[in-house]
Amino acid sequence: MTATVQAPVREERRSRRMSPGAILLVAALGIFLIFSVIRQLTGANDLTSSGTVAAGLAAAVPIGLAALGGLWAERSGVVNIGLEGMMVLGTWGCAYLAWDHGAWWGVLFGTLLGAVGGLVHAIATVTFGVDHIISGVAINIIAPSIALYLTKVTFANYPGGGQKQSPQLHDVKHITLPFSDSLFDLEKKHWFLVSDVAGVFRGLTTGLSLMTITAVLAIVISGLVLWRTAFGLRVRSCGEAPYAAESLGVNVYKYKYIAVIFSGAMAGLGGAALALAASQFRDGQTGGRGFIGLAALIFGNWRPGALSAGAGLFGYTDAIQLRSATAVHALLLLVAVALVLVAVWQARTGQRVIATVAVVIAVLAVIWYFLTDEVPAELVGTTPYVITILVLALASQRLRMPKADGKVYRKGEQH
Amino acid sequence: LSARDVASAGLLDRLRQRYPLRSVVLGAAAPIGALIFAVIASSIILALGGHDVLEAFRTMFKQAGRPTAFVNIVNQALVYYLSALAVSIGFRMNLFNIGVEGQYSLAAFSAAYVGGQITGGGPFHLILELVVAMAVGALWAGIAGFLKVTRGVSEVISTIMLNAIAIGLGSYLLHNLGTVANNNIATKQITPSGRVPGISYPGTDSKIFGFLVIAIIVGIVYWFVVTRTRFGFWIKATGINEEAAVASGVNVKRMTIYAMLLSGAVAGLVGLPEILGETYRYSQTSQAGLGFAGIAIALLGRNSPVGMAMAAMLWSFLGRSADQLEFIDVPKEIAGIMQGVILLSVVIAYELVRRYRLVLQQKDVAAQLKTVVAPEAVAS
Repeated sequence: MTATVQAPVREERRSRRMSPGAILLVAALGIFLIFSVIRQLTGANDLTSSGTVAAGLAAAVPIGLAALGGLWAERSGVVNIGLEGMMVLGTWGCAYLAWDHGAWWGVLFGTLLGAVGGLVHAIATVTFGVDHIISGVAINIIAPSIALYLTKVTFANYPGGGQKQSPQLHDVKHITLPFSDSLFDLEKKHWFLVSDVAGVFRGLTTGLSLMTITAVLAIVISGLVLWRTAFGLRVRSCGEAPYAAESLGVNVYKYKYIAVIFSGAMAGLGGAALALAASQFRDGQTGGRGFIGLAALIFGNWRPGALSAGAGLFGYTDAIQLRSATAVHALLLLVAVALVLVAVWQARTGQRVIATVAVVIAVLAVIWYFLTDEVPAELVGTTPYVITILVLALASQRLRMPKADGKVYRKGEQH
Repeated sequence: LSARDVASAGLLDRLRQRYPLRSVVLGAAAPIGALIFAVIASSIILALGGHDVLEAFRTMFKQAGRPTAFVNIVNQALVYYLSALAVSIGFRMNLFNIGVEGQYSLAAFSAAYVGGQITGGGPFHLILELVVAMAVGALWAGIAGFLKVTRGVSEVISTIMLNAIAIGLGSYLLHNLGTVANNNIATKQITPSGRVPGISYPGTDSKIFGFLVIAIIVGIVYWFVVTRTRFGFWIKATGINEEAAVASGVNVKRMTIYAMLLSGAVAGLVGLPEILGETYRYSQTSQAGLGFAGIAIALLGRNSPVGMAMAAMLWSFLGRSADQLEFIDVPKEIAGIMQGVILLSVVIAYELVRRYRLVLQQKDVAAQLKTVVAPEAVAS
């Protein structure tokens, strides 16, 4: 009875919702407004300066590509916490060819090595049905050892190389759009909203690495392939209901293999971007970015657009911490505002407890802001992880991962 | 087979019944096969890198035979063992505590800090340190348990995030509460009453960490709890079949919290052998990566207290004796490669053995059915 009564109500609510494009526009405007207000109040101009935005974008690229790798694997139902290891393979592979053959050969080889890591993960999880987490842990143990072993066998003998690092690498081209320099004057005026918009646009269009464009293309194309083609539908069906897919004649093993190998390739590409940005391979260079990518994937609810936003956010916090202590301090207020918004939204959907928790944390953030002059750098580095935990804790009812994600599939064994 | 039959059978028969030859052989086949595979794989890598394979292995074994190196291997192994015990408590009920890393680093810092503030106090000094470490470890793991039961957050994800937060938090606390010593920020040195004295070993000045005793006690308690108590049975039952456990009255949510707390408490001890037995202070240079090693060792030892001890020794042997390889110009990272390959191939081997066992069981059942069903078919 209740189901039949509820159905039309839900239908009505859905029709009243805005289109995704409109939501995005409103959200972007809202974020700009909040940033402008807080920048004006605190005088932390670095919050929206072109330098911060450009650095944030560059930092977001490896994270976004790792998250994209995670998206491919998890959409096909395979959890990939080996992203970190595959990224390490990517950094080494990129350095191996980029130092003398040119940057793009490096990118290609790094991607290829990442894909090899993905292949290992696919063999273990898909063919042998090993638990996905275990296989990922194993890859995270093997990959850095292999990369360092190879470094000692190769780079150690090269001019400029060492026991734990490669020689200097060539970078891919960086481009600056023609109008972007003229935005600089506008940005310097520090006008409300106008200068913020100018700063962000200048940051996004100045000294833009071709790797950034590659990453954006990879995410857009992946989104189109996964959601707009028959191939993508089959990949996603393996992650949602593999036995149903099997009954419809989908070769689940094949699609899982393709997706997981591609997942490794994307992580490898992310590693290559990291090595190129740093102009060399270094031991421990990835610094947990594979895991941050995983965090971005969850933050983005296993969707390409939202995971890019997550990667952007995490890249931004990474960049701002290196640039300006006052801006980081101002971020506390931003966090408080964001939490209040979460609280309002949760209270409207009847989640009183969560709303209260969000408000309490927001109040704590404000108190922290007024009691201190700056936030310690060590704690700023944990922002992506704290945000992800908060999102999981406060908004988990809105998150939906692929239904058969992480479950071992064996053909013809449905119970 | 009735209970009286079992009781009247001799000890050997009972052993044979509990551990049939076939199952013992199959159980041993996986780790041994994985070890052989890892040796072959690393030999190939060494050969491709232009190194003398036999010389490399000989160097590693020779190194392990030296008393000082042996003490180091045992010391490292007992640290790994504690980490593996922590992980395996979760594994028993299908909980992945990836967060041992963060739990032990925060716990080690807290214990070293608290221990450094106190002078005297006799045995209570040491007990306080242990309690602080276990409480902090349990608390940090408890966050993941709490998020899992109240918000349905996967403990894999939350512990990965909590690891990174713990490392940031730990380094923040160290910078604010620590003191500078030898160009390194560390907590205050712990006075003798808060230390664990080492055990001498013939032929070397290095001492085996006295924490070995505590590790063995934890191992025995673990064995007792998981195999001899209702709690351990419930944990196992939940891990094997959650629905069945719920149906028989197990409160899975409560068990999840308990298992995470216990796992975190043991994880809290992981950093202590070194701090209480050697450095007497927590510093930035304290070991990292022990949590992931624990996962590998728990898998390798199949959550059995003895199996994990052997796996910890193997892991430690590979890691420690590889240091010597640098002297013959072989990168010591070959040990890390071997460890990873062993882990990956052992889990694949376990899976293959499991499938093979199922096939054998099906055959057994089919054979039994034949003998039972055949006469009936004749009668009808």
